[in-house]
Amino acid sequence: MQKTITLAHGSGGEAYRELVKEVFLPAYSNDILSPLTDSAICAAGEKIAMTTDSYVVKPLFFPGGDIGRLCVSGTVNDLAVSGAYPKYLSVGMIIEAGFEMEKLVRIVKSIAMTAKEAGVTIVTGDTKVVEGGSADSIFINTAGIGVFTEDRKPLPQKIVPGDKIIISGYMASHGMAIMAARENMGFTPPIGSDVAPIATLVNRVLQNGCKISAMRDPTRGGVAATLCEWVTPNTDIAIYDSMLPVRPDVSAACEILGMDPLYIANEGIMLLSVPAPYAEEALVSLHSVNLGKNAAIIGEVKEGDGNVYAVTDYRTKRKIIMPQGEILPRIC
Amino acid sequence: MKMKMKTKIQELQKGIEELAKNMGQITIMEVCGTHTTSIHKYGIRELLPDNIKLVSGPGCPVCVTAQEDIAVAVSIAQQEDVIFTCFGDMMRVPCGDKSLYSLYETGKDIRIVTSPLDALRIAQDNPNKQVVYFGIGFETTAPLTAALIEATDEYGVQNLSIYSAHKTMPQALRQLLKNGSSIDALICPGHVATIIGANAFSFVPEELLMPATVAGFGAYEIMAALFSIIHMLRKSQKSCINMYPNAVTEHGNQEALSLLYKVFEPCNALWRGMGEIKESGLGIRESFGKFDAAQRFEFSIDEIEEAKGCICSSILCGKSKPTDCANFGRACTPSKPLGACMVSSEGSCAAYFRYGRYKARQ
Repeated sequence: MQKTITLAHGSGGEAYRELVKEVFLPAYSNDILSPLTDSAICAAGEKIAMTTDSYVVKPLFFPGGDIGRLCVSGTVNDLAVSGAYPKYLSVGMIIEAGFEMEKLVRIVKSIAMTAKEAGVTIVTGDTKVVEGGSADSIFINTAGIGVFTEDRKPLPQKIVPGDKIIISGYMASHGMAIMAARENMGFTPPIGSDVAPIATLVNRVLQNGCKISAMRDPTRGGVAATLCEWVTPNTDIAIYDSMLPVRPDVSAACEILGMDPLYIANEGIMLLSVPAPYAEEALVSLHSVNLGKNAAIIGEVKEGDGNVYAVTDYRTKRKIIMPQGEILPRIC
Repeated sequence: MKMKMKTKIQELQKGIEELAKNMGQITIMEVCGTHTTSIHKYGIRELLPDNIKLVSGPGCPVCVTAQEDIAVAVSIAQQEDVIFTCFGDMMRVPCGDKSLYSLYETGKDIRIVTSPLDALRIAQDNPNKQVVYFGIGFETTAPLTAALIEATDEYGVQNLSIYSAHKTMPQALRQLLKNGSSIDALICPGHVATIIGANAFSFVPEELLMPATVAGFGAYEIMAALFSIIHMLRKSQKSCINMYPNAVTEHGNQEALSLLYKVFEPCNALWRGMGEIKESGLGIRESFGKFDAAQRFEFSIDEIEEAKGCICSSILCGKSKPTDCANFGRACTPSKPLGACMVSSEGSCAAYFRYGRYKARQ
């Protein structure tokens, strides 16, 4: 196998077939993909969830993960928080000629491993190669399909006054990990991203019929963006500073750099809005999974006027707004 | 520990309320961008009685950088084979329809650095380019730029120069708070004080005849500083008290000051919204003149007007509030700032926009 990706690898001919046979098929290995037909034929029931995301993260490899792990987790998580079981993924790549084969193999292995962890099958894909300078190393698009069943219906995705806001784990880890890696900040030990598929967390919460008003994975724009997207003209969302879980190293980095963890991207947690009677049950379910061991109730939904705010330890209020502009580019 | 802090803040809240009773309107100004943000972030105003008004002064170095300086930066950054470096918060400051960020989007080589010394490394890595560092900030950051210039000289690096728009506080405070200002007391900039020392602010009680405190940045530290001020006002005591002794000494950081004035000298400077203030800038000394980007590059800039309806000059002096401005939150927002006070996250308008606007008060 050649040491670098060339334009020939993207042109559909012999080199392309060799790439598929030597790199993609062995890694993704499943019966839907192996016939290599133009479309994957999959069983999906009456109602499906479908999502797509493109990944241009820089750097490609960072503490805690890489673009491979990210491109599966990000798409799987969007499906999972809709209430669907994530099932199938497509992987489309645009690769710059000259990209090292060894790096591609690493990324593909990471995709395969994360897909297995998430319980999803890579059923189809595409690879294009462009001239050097026309793309930055590698861009990946993944589209995903999830299925609903009798016991798993789409969630209302509407918060209700009285709901408790629950977070499934530490926040701001991914954004700070990327920033630290990109800017060579030299934190010791390096700040690790939280990138992970959260389908198991969702399964655990929903399996006992726990009622959930809304679920979302707070990626770009952080927890703040999700809360601002959720709030409606007749509700307020109050969260409590003392209840927000942030890893100590992430908290310290945020303080040094003057950043607010609420606005920093996450890739391995979810936010839930849960009717009060079910909040404790949801929390116990989250705690029973390793990924959810730091889950916490962080606030509540009240009747109001569309404000989102944080309450400080000494009972003053701090408004939370939709993030303006781009805090850090190419974070996912 | 946390419970103790909460109790201390609540005790200070009660103490301030007691002291301030029957004292009439009290107006206190802070002149540090980080104080502006902290006061908003911690909701300090909610802890104070109605007769105490906190106003923000020109303490945000990004906000007070003159448009003329931004225009020069933009002009240099556009030139061939230039790598332009600056801190992140300078990127979006608008100058007409351009900004360093808009140039970056069109492919110009503009890089955010987290330390001025990064510019030296970039210059060494790119010997065929001219690297320029945009020096912005008060006495807190200027010594770092001085260190950069000294290191550039020591290493004999030829392709790096610095454009200094650094400013110093004392002269600006004198101009702002002289006779006739409505300010009763001053919260002095804590980070600047770590460099220039608490004694550097003794002119505030002595010349400007008002009490002052050097304050830290947590909720407790700010409340403690306010308590100290109200106490002094009640007793008509005119002193400057250092309430940030963990970081600020009487005489400051002598080593930093020595390096600063080895490389820089006071000069007149243009402050956005305030005009020219004598001896309030830091210019590169002749002995280091070869590293002055203003001498190394040719540039021409057009005359620049403030945006229509902009009242930043009044807000910077504490005479108006952000909500007094017709542009606030409409034509002027953090993503499309028209005036100085909105451009940086530490400006009064940006801080108020960020933390202070509620759709309906409870």
